[in-house]
Amino acid sequence: MALDRVRIGFLPLVDAALPIMARERGFAEAEGLEIELVRDMTWATVRDRLLYGHTDAAHMVAPLAIATALGRGRPAVAMAVPFVLGLNGNAITLSLPLAAEVLDGDALGDPVVLGERLKAVAVTRAAVGRRLRFGVVHRYSSHNYMLRYWLAAVGIRPDIDVEIVTTSPTFAADALAAGEVDGICVGEPWNGVAVDRGVGRIALVTAQVWQRGVEKVLAMREATLAERSDVVHRLIRALHAAAAQFVDPDTLEANAAILSRADYLDAPVDAVSRAIGDRVRLVKDAVPIHVPDFMFQYREAANFPWRSQAAWLYSQMVRWDGTPFSAQEADVAQGVFRPDIYRAALAGSDAPLPNASSKLEGAIGADSIGAGSTQGRLILGRDAFFDRRAFDPEDIEGYLAGLP
Amino acid sequence: MRIAIIDTSTTRAAIISDGLREAGLDDIVVIDGTLGMVAALEKAAPEVVLINLENPSRDVLEEFFAVSRALARPIAMFVDQSDAESTNAAVDAGVSAYIVDGLAKQRIKPVIDLAIRRFQAFARLQAELHEARSALADRTTVDRAKAILMKRRGIDEPTAYGLLRAQAMRSNRRIAEIADAIITSDVLMGDL
Repeated sequence: MALDRVRIGFLPLVDAALPIMARERGFAEAEGLEIELVRDMTWATVRDRLLYGHTDAAHMVAPLAIATALGRGRPAVAMAVPFVLGLNGNAITLSLPLAAEVLDGDALGDPVVLGERLKAVAVTRAAVGRRLRFGVVHRYSSHNYMLRYWLAAVGIRPDIDVEIVTTSPTFAADALAAGEVDGICVGEPWNGVAVDRGVGRIALVTAQVWQRGVEKVLAMREATLAERSDVVHRLIRALHAAAAQFVDPDTLEANAAILSRADYLDAPVDAVSRAIGDRVRLVKDAVPIHVPDFMFQYREAANFPWRSQAAWLYSQMVRWDGTPFSAQEADVAQGVFRPDIYRAALAGSDAPLPNASSKLEGAIGADSIGAGSTQGRLILGRDAFFDRRAFDPEDIEGYLAGLP
Repeated sequence: MRIAIIDTSTTRAAIISDGLREAGLDDIVVIDGTLGMVAALEKAAPEVVLINLENPSRDVLEEFFAVSRALARPIAMFVDQSDAESTNAAVDAGVSAYIVDGLAKQRIKPVIDLAIRRFQAFARLQAELHEARSALADRTTVDRAKAILMKRRGIDEPTAYGLLRAQAMRSNRRIAEIADAIITSDVLMGDL
């Protein structure tokens, strides 16, 4: 039987794992698909190849899919996200001199304590005219929003007290080494690479800022979804099956070996393996510590595209682009995430399917809770933001008004 | 009209700027590397920016334009999307163009078309170079395989080459592939 070909764009990051594993482990083939992977260096290129038909789908930072649908910075194109490739998985790495000023001990920083110390340093630096500078991977990236959310909540004004610039993930460690930036917020294995090169110390993981933060998504043009709906359904099933195997500890070493290959991440296997195993080495030669929520590829229906996740990203877009809130834009943003497609593709499988398409984000503070599902049993774990603010997608304006 | 070319390959940048100059567009700034790109671009204040798709600075460039817009400076955009054909051709060729808003469409079109042709010319050049390099590598492989055959079988060079060619024809493979297999087996089998 001839296989249907699906071309998927990606950036060399550990969370591009699911499309890679779907291809390498035969899950795509089992669904009658042949996945062809197209690697790029920047999110702009991943997006452009998607928009002009070089690829059918892409591994993409979630906010960029929404920004594209809203026409931020370029003409709008209708986008669809029927599957989330994972939650969390990023870290904030500081240059060694800055780390020495604001961190002590050999543990991850506490977001509040570290934030206070960083604020003191930021104010001092700004006063002498050389503001602290942080690198993120794209203007419309979860990294940018996570970093800004944390900074703002501890009283540091992004764009005023510090500078936030863009740097490609694969060059983040170089930027840190060259002193171009004082800190980076980037995905793995690039924090690990910076640590192993001895040019940075991991200060926080983004899971400490938001315990269940939406990260990379499978993005496609809405037109592709409409024209090739059967292929998209099969792709979602293949990715879901790949996710189940990816989180099996027995597959860890083999998966790390595949991901680190020259045609995928072209990165040291040890750094990749640490990331997959939720082990984080904070500083060169240190024993990696275990961070249970570091990366999230499967549990708790992590792949389900909650409309409320898109709504939160939109709230941050309004906040940091300085554009007025628009109910119509909020609708478009939430409409990019397609729980309906996810449900249709996985109906009849063993995947738990939530009843709801939206939820309060960051509202589960203590114990895990059961969630209503039409299929399977769904337990959601702690998903709090570090400052304990919950996000109600029905009241984005109220939420924005309450933010610092 | 000032055009900035951002390219880490100086050869490609030269090919593009030569083409643009021939067409009478001689206000050209070439910016290479990733360091200091934003400052160089700000200083040059171009109306059109040509950058290749693989350039690691593309996200930085978009950030720069977004910030420029916030400062109420000229707006930059990707190739006019209303002309899907030309945009597709640009992406196919590997070129991205950012254009200052308000620049008349008919003035942009020839620049983009020319850039596309120049990018393609460069791609052809690369392909030829690659071919030449692999031909050279092939020759070295064949020479080594011939030496192995001559030594092991006690035959002369033309006979060794004849063996290689005959085997390649029989198995419908390239001579270099057969040669490669002989070298590999020689390494593995040693003097057995």
